[in-house]
Amino acid sequence: MGKTMVEKILNQAGGSRDLSAGDIVMARVSCLMTNDAVGELTVQAFEALGRRPWDQNRIAVVLDHYIPATTENAARTHKLLRDFSRKYGLHLFDQQGVCHQLMLEKFVLPGDLVIGTDSHTCTYGGIGAFATGVGSTDGAAVMATGEIWLKIPETVRIDLQGRLPDHVHPKDIILKVIGDLGAEGATYQALQFSGEGAAGISNEGRFTLCNMAIEAGAKTGIFEPDAVTESFLKDRQAKGIFFKSDPDAEYCRQMTVSLDRLGPQISCPWSVDRVVPVEEVRGTRIDQAFIGSCTNGRIGDLRIAAQILDGKRIHPETRLLITPASQDIYRQAVLEGLIQIFIDSGAVICNPGCSACFGGQGMLWEGEVCIGTHNRNFKARMGHKDSRVYLASPETVAVSAVAGRIEDPRG
Amino acid sequence: MTVITGRIWKFGHGIDTDIIIPARYLILPLEEMKHKAMEPLDPEFAAKVNPGDVIVAGRNFGCGSSREQAPAVLRDLGIKAIVAASFARIFFRNAVNLGLPVVECEAVYDQVREGDVVEIQPDSGRIRIPAKAEEYSGSRLPDFLLKIINDGGLIPHLILENRKG
Ligand code: SF4
Repeated sequence: MGKTMVEKILNQAGGSRDLSAGDIVMARVSCLMTNDAVGELTVQAFEALGRRPWDQNRIAVVLDHYIPATTENAARTHKLLRDFSRKYGLHLFDQQGVCHQLMLEKFVLPGDLVIGTDSHTCTYGGIGAFATGVGSTDGAAVMATGEIWLKIPETVRIDLQGRLPDHVHPKDIILKVIGDLGAEGATYQALQFSGEGAAGISNEGRFTLCNMAIEAGAKTGIFEPDAVTESFLKDRQAKGIFFKSDPDAEYCRQMTVSLDRLGPQISCPWSVDRVVPVEEVRGTRIDQAFIGSCTNGRIGDLRIAAQILDGKRIHPETRLLITPASQDIYRQAVLEGLIQIFIDSGAVICNPGCSACFGGQGMLWEGEVCIGTHNRNFKARMGHKDSRVYLASPETVAVSAVAGRIEDPRG
Repeated sequence: MTVITGRIWKFGHGIDTDIIIPARYLILPLEEMKHKAMEPLDPEFAAKVNPGDVIVAGRNFGCGSSREQAPAVLRDLGIKAIVAASFARIFFRNAVNLGLPVVECEAVYDQVREGDVVEIQPDSGRIRIPAKAEEYSGSRLPDFLLKIINDGGLIPHLILENRKG
């Protein structure tokens, strides 16, 4: 019986060969990421252990959720994490952007096992790493030992077929998949995106898909690395290991998504799996639109938004917040003139970081409605418990910001 | 582990981490943070909970973010165990790592009401409702996870293991 790529990566990390889904492996971690939303607890737990970091070069601390400090408590957390990182010589990313984007740009390689104290760590599967989120205590234990116990997950194979039509984006694929699987449909499992359609998805699109695997409960999302992955790594010195699933690997479930027939999707409050075709909620009045986050705050997303907004004004009763996911992306957007277009349209540009995704800024009041490119629309996440958040592609969000109501990007 | 007997707080399906502790409160000191637990559903929850109470919830309890503050605020309010029809993966790990017993049991959910008293035996996954003399069997944790809970969580567990050398 062949193995899935997830089984292969975890066997490699565990120094074993024969383990399969369901087995528990004590695995060596390639790198660890923690951030300012949970870092203080991680540090406290780590210090209680009374050890040194297992390898300072493999630990990244990212200040991104409440940056620049929005409250005194945030300032306290940041100071603590800066001091801690300097004390041990850890990689500190201070006001550089969202953790997951930075990890992909600077740290993670195909075939790695990456642990992060953030649920969207699963994003790195987009280049064929096995990456998953844990809590602070698990993070602290990894920081001290470089090891973690993991149950090797079964894999759901999602075959992508065909090509996406105009105005339909990778975000629409993953919203459709989550709608079909349900919020707990893949709990404890891995989502592997395969099929001939996978080759046509860009690296950025792959990150969007893998990022939201957790919204179906999955432990990770993953693509088999290929020529597209190589193009992402062209400026990096190491290339990692390109694991692929064997042809006779065993999957717990297989599903197919026909990209040709997919239309724009939207997730409705207050659960990510409440997904409908966008035309069903077309016309819903919005107060705020948000383009950013580790799901869709990359340069390709900003280009799509700029195409829509070029020469147009956003609706006078709608606020549009645009947050590039990292400083590199921000700089690129400046060079390409996208920021000028956004400002002329009436949008506000926020500094790279989690921004409105987390309610760190751009919070909502009672009854207000937001449409965003991020990944969660849980009650109270972005502000008042009776505010409402819809999730969609950058194009859907941009056309809605112009219309002042939810709009179908196909016109 | 001894049997936990407590009064039930009942929650529905899909209780996510932004309900258990909304994002904006995560950087409060833990002592203050616990007063915000479950605020979007019931702003009075933290004031009403008594140490020794337990939670019984529906499917996918704790879904969403990896924030360990979610089980931490419940533990700090004195919640002694959580029984849910199912748990989200990261929440489950976090609860174990904090020494908070978690038992998966689908059957008991429909049979109890808020305020009922329930007996939970984490070692075996057995759940009893004394008033009705009914018994249900929930999931049983693997021994090494029970040991972590018994030691008071992953950090005390690792310290103990270290001492044993
Ligand atoms: S952008 Fe949003 S989802 Fe991504 S890490 Fe930040 S808060 Fe989490």
